[in-house]
Amino acid sequence: MSDHAPRIVRTDTPEGLCAQPCGRWGAAELGTRAQWCALSEQLAALPSDARLAWDLRGLQWLDHVGAQLLWNHWGRTWPQQLALSDGQRAMLERVASLTTPAPPAEPWRLADQVDRLGVLVLHGMDHARHLLLLVGQMLLDSLRFVRAPRRAPWRDVSGHLYRMGATALPITALVGFLIGVVLAYLMSLQLRQFGAEAFIVNILGISLIRELGPMLAAILVAGRSGSAITAQIGVMRVTEELDAMRVMGIPHGFRLVLPRALALAVAMPLISVWTTLSALAGGMLAADLAMGISPAYFFHALPAAVGFGNLTLALSKSVVFGTLIALIGCHWGLRVKPNTQSLGEGTTASVVTSITMVIIVDALFAVAFKNVGF
Amino acid sequence: MNADVHTPSDAETVVRIEGLWSVFGKGSEAFAVHQDLDLTVHKGEMLALVGGSGTGKTVLLRQMLGLMHPTRGSVTVLGRPAELMGGEGAASRVGMLFQHGALFSAFNVLDNIAFALNEQGTLPPDLVRDAAMVKLQMVGLRPEHATRMPADLSGGMIKRVALARALIMDPPLLLLDEPTAGLDPNGADEFCALVRELHAALGLTMVMVTHDLDTLFALATRVAVLADKRVVVTDVPARVAQFDHPFVHDFFQGERGRRAMADLPTAAEEH
Repeated sequence: MSDHAPRIVRTDTPEGLCAQPCGRWGAAELGTRAQWCALSEQLAALPSDARLAWDLRGLQWLDHVGAQLLWNHWGRTWPQQLALSDGQRAMLERVASLTTPAPPAEPWRLADQVDRLGVLVLHGMDHARHLLLLVGQMLLDSLRFVRAPRRAPWRDVSGHLYRMGATALPITALVGFLIGVVLAYLMSLQLRQFGAEAFIVNILGISLIRELGPMLAAILVAGRSGSAITAQIGVMRVTEELDAMRVMGIPHGFRLVLPRALALAVAMPLISVWTTLSALAGGMLAADLAMGISPAYFFHALPAAVGFGNLTLALSKSVVFGTLIALIGCHWGLRVKPNTQSLGEGTTASVVTSITMVIIVDALFAVAFKNVGF
Repeated sequence: MNADVHTPSDAETVVRIEGLWSVFGKGSEAFAVHQDLDLTVHKGEMLALVGGSGTGKTVLLRQMLGLMHPTRGSVTVLGRPAELMGGEGAASRVGMLFQHGALFSAFNVLDNIAFALNEQGTLPPDLVRDAAMVKLQMVGLRPEHATRMPADLSGGMIKRVALARALIMDPPLLLLDEPTAGLDPNGADEFCALVRELHAALGLTMVMVTHDLDTLFALATRVAVLADKRVVVTDVPARVAQFDHPFVHDFFQGERGRRAMADLPTAAEEH
């Protein structure tokens, strides 16, 4: 152990036992695990006798944490015999006068838990109300948009189209392609048992075009752009940019929410078609490799297998998905409070909510339009 | 505390900056903020860095903290190169009061103050709490403020909490970036009084960047003027104010400067 390590030397004096703290009693030294363990053992081993004398003059360094440690060890009273320098006395007196008793822990009560549940429910209702307001505001803004399209924030719309649409193309293509390959391989194993290889076109066509394409694209975009929307608007709240806009009389709905909703409503069907196409390409490749179904046959059989209604359904579904993702992203972004924790929570909640909503809405579409496209 | 300071070999110099060059940008766009700058901070003094906008005052503070590295030259803080300042236990060597407080918005006041102690992971929670409560009250806050969140604090309280957080491990060196910016005159005066009190009680060495002449004359024992990409003069405030340099002239002899210096004769006699 080095010279600087905090420690206590016990010496026998004619007046009785004397404890002499030595070394550096500072926050950094006390915070070192080995030194803290050694010192707390030495402290515990000291007799808890009020007549024990203390001599602090051998200390190389004493800071507020060290003084606090001594003061707490003394049971927050001055020992009867104490030798110390003026600087140390001033510091110990400061610590002694400012030490406050710990507040009592909050007792667990059932009523508190009921309160908490009530608060949660109210929060949920508040979110629903705010989302409804947002949808209504967006409808009003759309009217304004239709009446005077030249005054709409077109630059924003085009920027969002590029960032949320164009830059999402590589990842959606990759995911779609791989899903198509996997699906075709799995199906080929089953279909071969029945000698029904030719039906791979029907299965892939219906499932990818009607369901998986739009859904995959929506989930990827929700993760990519939903979180980005929330984070962007959330940081604008933290930096008071939202307040600045309001002060200038520029409505958040028309300037922030509408361009994003519009951009995603336009981009989402396109991304969805793109994902479907690459998934079909993957499926076609795998069908050719696994079962010898030629691409020529695939192209020939696909229009017969998939009715036109499926495409219309998929596209309209995607428009709804896109608008929903943008609205939910904006909703959570606008509700971020100016601190880091709230920003993180908002972003997480935005992604989780929008993915859940996409799946729920997809199920609703499946039930409502079960007769379309066959 | 002063009486028992463990003295390292060159105890009188806390910060030594030699031949410092700070160059930003690359190629033809490169421009130097500091050229061959020298500065020494002595133990126990309150050095104020003043200079126009863009003269690299905050850059200099960040270089002392090891947050930025100089292009050339050396920055030595407490006898070690500044690049090593950020390592383990940095909070016990240097404290920094950021201009906007930089409190952790996810933690309450007490957890903010105790953060560096808690992160060590060794000291028992009640000792950490007591130590943080002492610092909380040393900066003039009351125990009931301990559970507030940073978002609920006024500007002056944020500065005080940030000061308590910077001092939690009793660092010998404290850096302050615009300590009174954003405070009303009354709050600024109170904060200056607090800083002066802590300076006397804890024997701190302080380096501050300030634009505010009232703060400068209230606190600084020495002033370093940054201009022409170097330190043009370092001296006690009263003598710096008389120094012959265009920036110094504008800064101290302007309308605001004359008002702040109205009290100066008494301040000058102290030095």
